[in-house]
Amino acid sequence: MKKLLPIVLVSMLIALAVFGAGCTSSNNTASGAKLQLAGSTSVQPHAELLAKAFQANNSGVQVFVQGGGSSAGVTAVGTGTADIGMSSANLSASQKSQYPNLKAVPIAVDGIAIIVNPANPITQLSLQQISDIYSGKYQNWSELGGEDRPIVRVSRETNSGTHVYFLEQVLRLGEKDNKTMFSPDTLLLPSSQGITSEVRDNPNAIGYDGLGYVTPDVKVIAVASEDQGAYILPSAESVNQGTYPVARDLYIYSAGQPSADIQEYLDWIVSAEGQAIVTDNGFVPIANE
Amino acid sequence: MRAPGSWTEKIIVNLVKLSGYSTIIFIVMILIFLLRSGIATLGEVPLGNLFSRTWYPIEEYYGVLPLIAGSIIVTLGATLIAVPIGVITAIFIAEIAPPWARNTLKPLVEVLGGVPSVVLGFLGILFFSNFIRQALQLPTGLTALTGAILLAFISIPPIVSISEDALDAVPRSYRDAALALGATHWQTIWRVTLPAARSGVLTATMLGIGRTIGETMVVLMVTGNAPVMPTGLGALFSPVRTMTATIAAEMGEVASGSVHYHVLFFIGIILFVISLGINLTASAFIFRQRKRSERILS
Repeated sequence: MKKLLPIVLVSMLIALAVFGAGCTSSNNTASGAKLQLAGSTSVQPHAELLAKAFQANNSGVQVFVQGGGSSAGVTAVGTGTADIGMSSANLSASQKSQYPNLKAVPIAVDGIAIIVNPANPITQLSLQQISDIYSGKYQNWSELGGEDRPIVRVSRETNSGTHVYFLEQVLRLGEKDNKTMFSPDTLLLPSSQGITSEVRDNPNAIGYDGLGYVTPDVKVIAVASEDQGAYILPSAESVNQGTYPVARDLYIYSAGQPSADIQEYLDWIVSAEGQAIVTDNGFVPIANE
Repeated sequence: MRAPGSWTEKIIVNLVKLSGYSTIIFIVMILIFLLRSGIATLGEVPLGNLFSRTWYPIEEYYGVLPLIAGSIIVTLGATLIAVPIGVITAIFIAEIAPPWARNTLKPLVEVLGGVPSVVLGFLGILFFSNFIRQALQLPTGLTALTGAILLAFISIPPIVSISEDALDAVPRSYRDAALALGATHWQTIWRVTLPAARSGVLTATMLGIGRTIGETMVVLMVTGNAPVMPTGLGALFSPVRTMTATIAAEMGEVASGSVHYHVLFFIGIILFVISLGINLTASAFIFRQRKRSERILS
């Protein structure tokens, strides 16, 4: 065994040397820039598709897309750890004062789907009812004409732009002086995946998620903005026409005066070519608004 | 002979010293950093808010009580499950199992200890929480109990290893004496071997608790993270939010230097103090053990 040790060490060194050489040579061949994107998991799927298409056309540029949540994206671009931040919310007052040089570019409109388990007979809810469910006013599905089951509220964590949007526009119905809060027993899950799996498995659950994350094994609820109004299912068309009431803009942020590479990428995203990819992905391009 | 070697020896001795002291330096540095970033909380957040029952930081409700209670419930539950199972497994491996079973069980326990907690959490959120919800007829399976059971899996391996070492260290002559006096195998284990290894088993328990209270990924994934103030034993069957999950979920979003940032570090201080207390208790047991063995030798 003792005699083996030097052999192992030497072979490890050789492997390291080869690997290291491989790394440097690949660095040399990549002539162009590297763009780092980070932030909202609602924007992430678009950003990945956009990045793929952009790299196919511009072989010199590498685009890396990371998640992390809207607030993390704003922090990352504000502090310079990422070139471009992705966010599903407008900058908050404190973010504005901390990173005054951030510039927002809206890239798409995203509908937020209200989802329940397929076993739940409920098919439509008004915004007021959804607000009362999440504030804890309703505790049982039977109060809404459903089965006699407790309501389990599922939400994204507070670092999600979707959470903040949902709080302001659904729970508080967009009213400025409305101080309604999430019921304290609302489950706060760190990922869209967590929400989907809980709603898929649990017939008591209600959740919300970006339209792009909705899978066929959960049931999407039709929503009306007024109690007597029309109940609308979320889709690219209904979000585009503005008839579906729960939709928000998705943004990307750049800091200060962007470099030529970043500017080129930003211009391409809002160009007809970039927006066509957003449309293909089942989302509403910003230009159509 | 001594002159040429003294050079290298000096370097080696100093390197060894440095790595020995580095642990102390790291701990002191961590403590200073925690205190510097966290203690500002006491000036920024009124105590009435800080020790209230509502945690909703984006609206400046910084009540840490539900988080502390959440951590305690999950840790207590995990300990109640892990300690009996861990100690009994250790007794089986050390005292009862035939050699082939021992040689299979020990590596298997170590493999269990090597399962990354994120994998356990993933299995938990996909399958186990669902099972708990259906088996116990709960509104949701993302509860303190789910977290406690998965955390027990994480703390069982260290408890088994350390307890087993302690049982192994009990001198052969103790068991021989007990058996010679006519005690059965079971009486020997329960009345002689286990009491003799008591401090080692207690240390194992303490380290298991320490491991549990600091664990983050599993609880973030399966306990539901709802900051509800628990009101009794029923809380074990409802969602909770622990201190570690709160820090992990929210640290990425906060602007550094903000009140929320300071509060998260304050929670870090609370966690640090709790772990320190657990570890001090554990080392107190180890210290007592040494004294007694000295007494026996004298």
